[in-house]
Amino acid sequence: MLKTIAVSGLALLCFAGCSKKKDDTGGGSSVAPTKDDKTAPAEPTAAGGGLSLNASGSTFQKPYQEAAIEAFTKANPTVKINYGGGGSGKGRQDLADQVVDFAGADSPYKDADLAKNKGGDVLYFPVLLGAITLSYNLDGVDKLQLSPTTVAKIFQRDIKKWNDKEIAADNPDAKLPDAEIVVAHRSDGSGTTDNFTKYLDKAAKDAWKLKSGSTVEWPAETQAGNGNAGVAQIVKSTKGAIGYVDLSDAKASGLKYAQVKNQAGKFVEPTTDSASAAGDGIDVKDNLLFSALDPKGDAAYPITYQSWVIVYAKQTNPTKGAALKSYIKYLVTDGQAQLKPLDFAALPKSLADKAVAQLDKIQVQ
Amino acid sequence: MQLSELRGHKQYADRAFSVLAVAAAGVVLLVLGMIAITMTRRAWPAFGTEFFSSTRWSAAEGIFGALPFIWGTLYTAAIAIVIAVPISLGVALFVTQVAPPWLKTPMVYLMDLLAVVPSVVFGLWGVLVLANHFGLGRSFLTAGIILAVMIVPIITSLSREVIETTPASEKEAALALGATRWEMINASVLPHSKGGLVGAVMLGLGRAMGETIAAALVIGSAIGQITMNPFAPGNSMPAVIANEWGEADQPHKAALIALAVTLFVITIGVNLLATSIVQRSMKRSRGA
Repeated sequence: MLKTIAVSGLALLCFAGCSKKKDDTGGGSSVAPTKDDKTAPAEPTAAGGGLSLNASGSTFQKPYQEAAIEAFTKANPTVKINYGGGGSGKGRQDLADQVVDFAGADSPYKDADLAKNKGGDVLYFPVLLGAITLSYNLDGVDKLQLSPTTVAKIFQRDIKKWNDKEIAADNPDAKLPDAEIVVAHRSDGSGTTDNFTKYLDKAAKDAWKLKSGSTVEWPAETQAGNGNAGVAQIVKSTKGAIGYVDLSDAKASGLKYAQVKNQAGKFVEPTTDSASAAGDGIDVKDNLLFSALDPKGDAAYPITYQSWVIVYAKQTNPTKGAALKSYIKYLVTDGQAQLKPLDFAALPKSLADKAVAQLDKIQVQ
Repeated sequence: MQLSELRGHKQYADRAFSVLAVAAAGVVLLVLGMIAITMTRRAWPAFGTEFFSSTRWSAAEGIFGALPFIWGTLYTAAIAIVIAVPISLGVALFVTQVAPPWLKTPMVYLMDLLAVVPSVVFGLWGVLVLANHFGLGRSFLTAGIILAVMIVPIITSLSREVIETTPASEKEAALALGATRWEMINASVLPHSKGGLVGAVMLGLGRAMGETIAAALVIGSAIGQITMNPFAPGNSMPAVIANEWGEADQPHKAALIALAVTLFVITIGVNLLATSIVQRSMKRSRGA
């Protein structure tokens, strides 16, 4: 008995030492051991009568993943799917390190990072579109229209009052109060911030100075909230506030949101339909990468963004690969009907067809 | 059973125990060393003159200056200490020297209970009550108050234990000379427990600097704020890491790890300082 204690103590030492060794090779290019690490634990589960797919990434598409997983696993009871969230960056990193089977992300890998993906080439499957609203809290103003330049100036504090002449120019009929504007933004790094700032960088490039990214250097006299819900909460509880919030959270919090001027010069309200319309006016590359921001088309809501599921083209575990393929097929076909109740927009038909066609590129070995 | 047999068995047990003890101690050192090495290696690209001098933090431009977050960490911790130390020492002295026995037990119990409240609960309370209801907003001060509430139980319970080690003879000697209760505390309790009290405060300081989730919720997450104004929103190192990690790419990620290494070094520094202060004052009181 005492011997086992001593041995397990030594084993513990070795465990710590070995994991250091593993960490050291982690930066290198040795693919084989990691592959073994990844596939090994999956086998017993498969033998146990079930199979589990693990994923992490975008919190934006998480509500859709949850609904889709429930429906899909009901029809395929042997498959278990976990979608962990954690942010697009985490999803991309986890997939690169092969700790998950697929990732959700609102923006693709950078070209420089692609070479670090341990499983080779990746495929992008667009799964949904969504609108980012400009939610506001202003008594007596039920309809607010904003042009991209005005939005840019509000968010970088060039415009500080609601009755500023530039806002008034967009809203000839509204009675704008002489009230201070309170800007609310995300405190956490976020794909929503990334896409919102990318939009301003594109549609208001002469006015917007803060560049784009998952976090940007917001002016000091602004307020930060955690998650879409956190920003929505600030807008809801602060008179004169405006913030960027995704459509479902804005609706859930009962916020008012502005109509935004699109490329065609029309003021469009964010809805699932106007976000879908945005999908019609975009250029899609062969690898199904695109940006739905600032699209063409009269009915398109301009601050519309997208989310992908990313997988490796080469699937080394046949049962897993097959399950993954059929789940992604569900996401881009039958699952699309679940999007509207969740306040997401479905992919336009042309894009969904391309996604289905791309399923053939998943090689199950 | 023969005596020799018994002894052999015992020696065997002794050896096993010592192997186990050495292994356990080794694991701790190994883990600490591994953390330091791997983190520093990954953070290396981000360390540069800019990291400790720039006040800008812009992922878009690849400029990462940690100064505002180092400031935020130190400033909120300082606010927390200023608020927490008088309260903690007051409670500890009250419980040990003043409170009647029937009050002492429930008070100790309540303070210990405060120590086990998860930090996210404090954070949410800070957001909902301090920031919104009392209108303090998310700011350095709000974060400092929340941190103070969180470290009061730690400092109190450590101080209480230190104070209780004051020999009754020293206290009685002071009282016998006609000292009032405060004079007795001042003349025998405080000198006796000074080192331990400083150590307790330093441990509280370490906790306050490393606190992540409560700080992230209430500090305001402003980028690049270095100001003495306690009502301004700011940011601290652990809060930035928690907030930005999920969506970070390189070199943003390396910069966040560099923040973690900086925090690691600062907290270790504070703890080493605490230990040396405690040891020096112990030596002095022994010499006296």
